[in-house]
Amino acid sequence: MSDGRQVVELTSEFFRIGSSSFTDFASRVAPDILPSSRTAAAGVGDLSPHGTTIVAAAFPGGVVMAGDRRATMGNIIAQRDIEKVFAADEFSIIGIAGAAGLAVELVGLFQVELEHYEKIEGAPLSLVGKANRLATMIRLNLGLAMQGLVVVPLFAGWDEITQDGRIFSYDATGGRYEEHAYFSVGSGSVFARGSLKKLYRPDFNADEAAMAVIQALYDAADDDSATGGPDLQRKIFPVVWAATADGVQKLSDDQITEMIAELMVSRTERPDGPGAPLA
Amino acid sequence: MSIPFYVAPEQQMKDRADYARKGIARGRSVVVLHYVDGILFVAENRSQALHKVSEIYDRIAFAAVGRYNEFENLRQAGIRYADIRGYTYDRTDVTGRGLANTYAQVLGTIFSSGGDKPYEVEIVVAELGAIPAEDQIYRLTYDGSVADEAYFAVMGGSADVIAEVVSRGFSPDLSLADAAKLAVRALGSDGGSNAAPRELGVEALEVAVLDRTRAMPRKFRRIKGDRLAALLADGPDQTGKNGAEERQPSGT
Repeated sequence: MSDGRQVVELTSEFFRIGSSSFTDFASRVAPDILPSSRTAAAGVGDLSPHGTTIVAAAFPGGVVMAGDRRATMGNIIAQRDIEKVFAADEFSIIGIAGAAGLAVELVGLFQVELEHYEKIEGAPLSLVGKANRLATMIRLNLGLAMQGLVVVPLFAGWDEITQDGRIFSYDATGGRYEEHAYFSVGSGSVFARGSLKKLYRPDFNADEAAMAVIQALYDAADDDSATGGPDLQRKIFPVVWAATADGVQKLSDDQITEMIAELMVSRTERPDGPGAPLA
Repeated sequence: MSIPFYVAPEQQMKDRADYARKGIARGRSVVVLHYVDGILFVAENRSQALHKVSEIYDRIAFAAVGRYNEFENLRQAGIRYADIRGYTYDRTDVTGRGLANTYAQVLGTIFSSGGDKPYEVEIVVAELGAIPAEDQIYRLTYDGSVADEAYFAVMGGSADVIAEVVSRGFSPDLSLADAAKLAVRALGSDGGSNAAPRELGVEALEVAVLDRTRAMPRKFRRIKGDRLAALLADGPDQTGKNGAEERQPSGT
């Protein structure tokens, strides 16, 4: 059913009416390209590197999301420049923590899913529709999650209907929760969330929101060994994406380098980062 | 038991071709042409919802004339073909040539099989290359034949008359505005050189581009509403308008 030759021929499945979902279609013509068709033995999670901390924060006019660059296998740093935050489409961003290989595969599948729907229907899904679609995909992955291949996404984007930036978090069973203001997932998320709790202000502009999530990642890296801090020697810095009414945009290397330089100066003076007033 | 009439294969194919051609000739036309930064699609289409021009993949677009449900079927199959190929292999492994070949197989099989009626469609698969010289426009007809068009393609009723107007005004370095004006003028001239050209307003047009300058990997972009009106309005660049003025005296 699913070898390369079959995929090239247009069988009757290609002409089937009514489905706008790539996952549904692929499960009929080439099921083994989908992660949900696979089974895994218990403990397989130890074989895969783990991606760590993702942070998102909303501001009036949009939302930003940032991820550190480290993937770990036990006590080993498996990769120091992995990317875990991506544009899901032209108005939304997905960051993903957990089993790295599967996470990147799910992001790819989610991107195709959104694009496929948009092309077949001639109009994009609503932001909530996209968030729900992602929940279904995580739910389909439950079998692998039970064997240790857990992936936990964080989804954010610009909502054309409500005209604001929104953040959605998920659990490994596909539960979907809307977060307000800010959220973080992954191993360093506890520290990142604590940091953002003190730093976040609802009247941030885009630059301040980006700085806040970078500060939060720094705090996560400070206390969680699996989260990578800025690598000044190799110039490996967090990946930051923003979604606004104009679409998604990745912050340029120059912008990030400048922000990291500013952060390092202030952290040299006060290593624990900006202080919040006591009362 | 009745004996079926013998119909010579030549006659059978001719009848089927006539049938398909008649169906296609009833519809309004589509012009696909190169401009300096990519490939432009202009269709005469009064519906804002039922598209004749669509995105297939990052650098591949589809345009069609004829029976809507038939080319819509082909369009969806093409998107599925492209997406599954791109997901299985890599995004760069989805090519316009591959898609055109696949469509040719489908159309050819339907045309020559005795059972089904032939598809009354004509389609264009256009692919944007990395540089203008690598741009491709494949034109496929109802019987599955493929033509690799050099600069532009015109499909639908009065395609010959329209192609004549396009070929007179065409040059490979037309700006987007000039190319769009040329295409709209050509579409309006479907009455032939003796009839006054029809004025086609923004509401009667469907316009899209594969734009090489677009930063996103997906190069397909629709131009509609105010932006289309601005594009077709007479701006400081008057090449298209001059062409129209030159043409009219010679046509009457």
